[in-house]
Amino acid sequence: MSSGVRAVVAGHGGFAAGLVSAVDQITGRGAELATMSNRDLGGAAIEERLREHVESGVRVIFTDLPAGSVTIAARRIMRDHPELSLVTGANVAALLEFVMADAGDDAAAGRAAEKGRQALASHRVTGVARAD
Amino acid sequence: MPIELYRIDDRLIHGQVVVGWGQPLDVGFIVLVDDEVAASDWEQELYRMGVPPHMDVHFDTVESAAARLRDYDADVRTGVLLTGDIDTMQRLADAVGGLRRVNLGGLHHRAGRRQRLRYVFLAPEEEASLRALAARGTEITAQDVPAAAPVSLDDVLQSKGDVL
Repeated sequence: MSSGVRAVVAGHGGFAAGLVSAVDQITGRGAELATMSNRDLGGAAIEERLREHVESGVRVIFTDLPAGSVTIAARRIMRDHPELSLVTGANVAALLEFVMADAGDDAAAGRAAEKGRQALASHRVTGVARAD
Repeated sequence: MPIELYRIDDRLIHGQVVVGWGQPLDVGFIVLVDDEVAASDWEQELYRMGVPPHMDVHFDTVESAAARLRDYDADVRTGVLLTGDIDTMQRLADAVGGLRRVNLGGLHHRAGRRQRLRYVFLAPEEEASLRALAARGTEITAQDVPAAAPVSLDDVLQSKGDVL
């Protein structure tokens, strides 16, 4: 892998491009993440494009939905490449942890998943009457 | 209740099905009709993995789906039946004496297919199969997600893929 790309972020619509844009704005390290959209692609084409990233040396895949077509494709590729790490439900916090982590990609992927989970929270202001 | 949605989608179970259709229809089970998947525990595990726990997935061949269709229709929950191609849906229709409605949800680019919609590409023999299915009384529309307007088969086949 000569490009410096450490992981591919893949999902629906502009999900990947948006997340990586945010990571780049915050850290300047967006180039470590390749992006892929499944828009208008069938299952075989999704798997083929994802496989190209894996064959170029990427060992970590971030996806959006656990039941999404990209996740299905990633799981299928993992059958041939058990060294891959897959993180589903990716968010900006997870990707920030990954690109900033001082660890190998596999360990960084695990920490990213944990960070992404921690970042997801619901907030409400207490003690204020709601309009509804 | 009768199965709510008969959908042809080459991605089979994926986000549009589980979330896009699954939530508004309150889908309780999915019938995935595919002879290869029905013969592979590994493939079944792959597709079952991302489906929420409240949603059952049944894996069938065309033959077993036809045999169980009455049971599926008797289920009080909302069901969705998926095939990955037109031929499988047509064989199922033949086996059960016809289907009332079929949804084209996603048939993507591959060699020999021509683009009709953003998410529907068809080969000439597939178009003939759809016309034959429609001629037997099946209402066929293309609609990738519930929020989109359904497109009639006539409009799909007349489209050059540049508008819809």
